[in-house]
Amino acid sequence: MNAHDQRFGLDRRVTLALPLALDSGAALAHVEIAYESYGTLNADASNAILICHALTGDQHVAANHPRTGKPGWWTRLVGEGKPIDPARHFIVCANVLGGCMGSTGPGSTDPATGKPYAMAFPVITIRDMVRAQAALLDHLGVGTLLAVVGGSMGGMQALEWAATYPTRVRSVVGIATAARHSAQNIAFHEVGRQAIMADPNWAGGNYYGVGAPTAGLAVARMAAHITYLSEEGLTAKFGRRLQSRDALSFGFDADFQVESYLRHQGLSFVERFDANSYLYITRAMDYFDMAEAHGGRLANAFTNTATRFALVSFTSDWLYPTSESRRIVRALNAANAHVSFVELESPHGHDAFLLDAPEMNRVVDGFLRAVETL
Amino acid sequence: MSLRPDLAAIAAVVPQGARVLDIGCGDGALLAELRATAAIDGRGIELDAADVASAVGRGLSVVQGDADTDLVDYPADGFDVVILSNTLQAMRAPAAVLGEMLRIGRRAVVSFPNFGHWRVRLALLFGGRMPVTRTLPVSWHETPNIHLCTIDDFRATVAAHGFVIESAAFLSGGQQRGGAFANLLAEQAVFVLRRA
Repeated sequence: MNAHDQRFGLDRRVTLALPLALDSGAALAHVEIAYESYGTLNADASNAILICHALTGDQHVAANHPRTGKPGWWTRLVGEGKPIDPARHFIVCANVLGGCMGSTGPGSTDPATGKPYAMAFPVITIRDMVRAQAALLDHLGVGTLLAVVGGSMGGMQALEWAATYPTRVRSVVGIATAARHSAQNIAFHEVGRQAIMADPNWAGGNYYGVGAPTAGLAVARMAAHITYLSEEGLTAKFGRRLQSRDALSFGFDADFQVESYLRHQGLSFVERFDANSYLYITRAMDYFDMAEAHGGRLANAFTNTATRFALVSFTSDWLYPTSESRRIVRALNAANAHVSFVELESPHGHDAFLLDAPEMNRVVDGFLRAVETL
Repeated sequence: MSLRPDLAAIAAVVPQGARVLDIGCGDGALLAELRATAAIDGRGIELDAADVASAVGRGLSVVQGDADTDLVDYPADGFDVVILSNTLQAMRAPAAVLGEMLRIGRRAVVSFPNFGHWRVRLALLFGGRMPVTRTLPVSWHETPNIHLCTIDDFRATVAAHGFVIESAAFLSGGQQRGGAFANLLAEQAVFVLRRA
């Protein structure tokens, strides 16, 4: 691999040569994918790992964010001396289709009109995101992946990779994830979407250049953020403690620390995320049901698979609870697949996969090293 | 690597290249040994998360789960050999587990501590207390072993459920020994079962 090859490195873009055929039946032309790569693709292109980000993540998995300067979102797992190591692996992470960090999404310019797509953007699915990633890997000269690794929505993409491109994936690591969105998952997303759409600034999605529906998007983020934590975690962190005051205000200020925290989460989120992208990506997650896409039987998604799977769940994650991981394990067992699964103790809820989790690192490290020697 | 004696006795009956499921595989010591020496295609089930992490860390496909509830998820005839080492006595429904093992695999290999061993009998006869021995080191109120049996009990249960004993090995003091008076003299037994 040429070190000066412009395809590789931080903060890259590519426009896909071919239109992307979508599950909806629509096709998207001139799809741009924003991505980063770390490490070097080896001579036989056998050390490539694709990392898939979660709902509000981005391609800056292991390098500082070019705008905010914040460290990558998964530096605990990806980086020098970590289980996914640029010294050993060629690592790719791309902003998902429909996103707002550089890949084509509702905020991108529709070449047909010269204006942002807004709600004219086609509804996309998790599989569409995966198809876009496959096209990116074609561009990068990666045929078969050593592993696809993801947490939450990233795990959904990883599972979908094994189902859609079984011969291109040697292993899948799915952390705190599920093979379908439950009624409760959909319900929380619908609350978020309705908050956005109820904001007068949303204006049917045509707010670009005018004023974004930040109030609605902030409420959506607040509701979602609760689902990323646990009751135990919230109680430990905030309890009923008051924010910068000694007594209740008998008003509607953020009396409680937990209110102040959520407001802060909401406000900081709107600075980095596009409301329409939030609508489209949450929709893609809600549509996700791998069993439904395979004749109602999840095992059918993995028939004759040679891919090896590692699944990790966390005890306090009620967004994608252990029962959903076990459901995937059952299906993989029924398909005679190689699967490892462990439920790890954590008080941190769904967010545990992004936090310090030495056991998770140990499992991922051992799993990947074993796949590498096969 | 030297295996626990009962595991070595189990390893001796696993054919080269077999598809093996080890139920209650711990940190994967037996699976790793069988992978190295017999080139098996192995899978494991283990209840303890730290043990699962260790097993996955050594490159084994191990799922955290409970044999009492999770075996139903495995397809019939998926394995050549299904192993249950020193775990039968901790199952809620041991006979049902044996049935599941022989549905999933063509052969079941089962090892268990013999509650008919003379030390156990003496401890109960003269001590009047639940025995605490080398193979049963935990006192009655802390032990996970809720369904202890003797070798003769096991033979009777196997016969009653229509399974066939293909072979048996007996251990005492970490050494294999003959089958004579095994119910009295063996500390542990390893049985290979198949369907009728």
